Amino acid sequence: MSELAALVNERNVIVCCGSGGVGKTTVSAVFALAAARAGRRACVVTVDPARRLADSLGVQSLPNTPTEVAGDWPGSLHALMLDTKGTFDDLIHTYARTPEQAEGILGNRLYQNLTGALSGTQEYMAMEKLHELVESGEFDVVVVDTPPTRNALDLLDAPRRLSRFLENRLFRALLMPTRISLRAIGVATQALLRTLSKVAGAEIVQDAVGFFQAFEGMEEGFRTRAGAVRELLADPATAYVLVTSARADAVAEASFFAEKLVERDVAPAALVVNRIHPHFALPGSGVPPGATGRLAALEANLAALNEVARREEGSYAKLAAQVAPAVLGRIPLFGHDVHDLGGLQHAADVLFA
Amino acid sequence: MDVGTFCAQSHVLIVAGKGGVGKTTMSAALARMASQTGRSVLIVELEGKSGITGAFGLAEDLGYDEVELQAAHAPGQGAVRARRITPDDALLEYLEDHGLRRVSKRLVSSGVIDVVSTAIPGIRDVLVLGKIKQLERDGVADLIVVDAPATGHAITFLTSASGLLNAARGGPLRSQASDVVELLADPARCRVILVTLPEDMPVSETIESAFMLEDKAGVQLGPVIVNATDRAPEGIDEPARDVAAGLGLDPALVTALEEARLFRLERHAVSAAQIDRLASDLPLPQLLVPSVGSETIGPAETALLAMALAEAIGELVPEVPAT
Repeated sequence: MSELAALVNERNVIVCCGSGGVGKTTVSAVFALAAARAGRRACVVTVDPARRLADSLGVQSLPNTPTEVAGDWPGSLHALMLDTKGTFDDLIHTYARTPEQAEGILGNRLYQNLTGALSGTQEYMAMEKLHELVESGEFDVVVVDTPPTRNALDLLDAPRRLSRFLENRLFRALLMPTRISLRAIGVATQALLRTLSKVAGAEIVQDAVGFFQAFEGMEEGFRTRAGAVRELLADPATAYVLVTSARADAVAEASFFAEKLVERDVAPAALVVNRIHPHFALPGSGVPPGATGRLAALEANLAALNEVARREEGSYAKLAAQVAPAVLGRIPLFGHDVHDLGGLQHAADVLFA
Repeated sequence: MDVGTFCAQSHVLIVAGKGGVGKTTMSAALARMASQTGRSVLIVELEGKSGITGAFGLAEDLGYDEVELQAAHAPGQGAVRARRITPDDALLEYLEDHGLRRVSKRLVSSGVIDVVSTAIPGIRDVLVLGKIKQLERDGVADLIVVDAPATGHAITFLTSASGLLNAARGGPLRSQASDVVELLADPARCRVILVTLPEDMPVSETIESAFMLEDKAGVQLGPVIVNATDRAPEGIDEPARDVAAGLGLDPALVTALEEARLFRLERHAVSAAQIDRLASDLPLPQLLVPSVGSETIGPAETALLAMALAEAIGELVPEVPAT
């Protein structure tokens, strides 16, 4: 069994990370497919708003719950497209003490903006969904396609973000009025609130207070949950796969990304280089010198393609050395783009050969 | 269309696109092209480590202070400068501008800023765009080229101001947000240039983003740049077997030549089909820019790409002025 195959056979969580535009969604789907072929119950989660996984898997629309992708393999393959807002809404329902409290939060204007526009929410909800799927016990392995963030820390920090937010001094002070009385807010906090009003406008501050008050009593649940998600991300059964395309600029970004991961003590278990130009072996002494016309054009074409392949290999070999001992996986650039199940299967054949 | 006319259309060009399509390279090429019409250009970088300095042959990373990437050269060449604007810089500057210099440190250290920016989504983006608006208003350069975040984030980024307008009914932030919305909506001041590659996924995403940007962010879209377009292969239309007939070549060699030929033709067909699909699904003019055939982008490649862009712009049909 290849080391890559061991990864999909043994790990419970596979996090595919890297910059955008390198085929991360495709690679995630290929890993999940390989797991299904190995007899495991696999689920792939994509966060991509462009619904590319839906295209790749031939599933018209993937809701926030896993949809089975039919195919001839011993295991099972499910796919889901993350609905950031839906996931957050579910969390609110889970931790609200009463349905009224949940409705109060869901109807709050700040909440509506929070889920739609806050950077980091998508990362956090992706991790949250991952946790939910793992906990459900319905899958042996969950593969997550992470948001195309440049900063690896955004992803790893996502669960921490909400706990930190809930532990904030000001946030706690804001909760005080309903518990004791307005007088209980310290002088320092009042000064900060005044400053805040000056900067952000008094209305925003009032809205924020209302929003925080609506959350009252839910902090603990959120904090526990965020802690559990953090543990899952640090679990030895969780593998990180760094994905890049073979283009030099993508490799440079992946190298930057790898540095950031290492800073956080996360060692990628595998490096997958996608869209590698094929190399065409030239048998014997090649085309006799002095070829002209059409033969020369054919030779030049082959040489140009090989030159691209050579340059690509030079750049990703350095990255592979940087992330060693991560397993190196290669997916060639096919004549046609991979955008259907057949293409994914072909890519899996090559990657897990 | 004349390149000068193109560069005079808007003061700010926001270059956006999916990650890895060459946004930074195209930002550099647009800046270089505009500078050759004698204009001064300021490139604004929003994310860390984009490599824009490398495109002009400089090694250093950008910071908050401006760096000159290319000196002005009388008479035909304007200066190209670049700087980075991060949300943190923009926020601190905003606080200072509002007389809060003394408390700004405390706001940051107490985590209040964290709560505010979490509670008021888009605030950071609006402050960054607000800073760009201020640069535009101050006329710091004839043209400002913004190397925007990758598309998913770019949509969030560009819709931040209208989102904030919904959340804030008054106060200085609201006026900042409405100034930004005004900037984005006015084609004489600002346009968004989408960059894509002639591949399936990037083209699909560009079509989707273009409609979202127009509908949700109310921005004006300029032409779409299709980067790394494939030049039509020449002289390989005949099968290798036919070409090699009677030459006594190694059959394995003929097979290799044929495989390389078919691969090249297939890739070209995929690329051409994607350009056609983009044209039929997205009614925006296209600027086709060929691949420079180099893995690293330095001053020579930037100059080549600037020429290719100028050539593609030259072929654009001028817009009929609105009456």
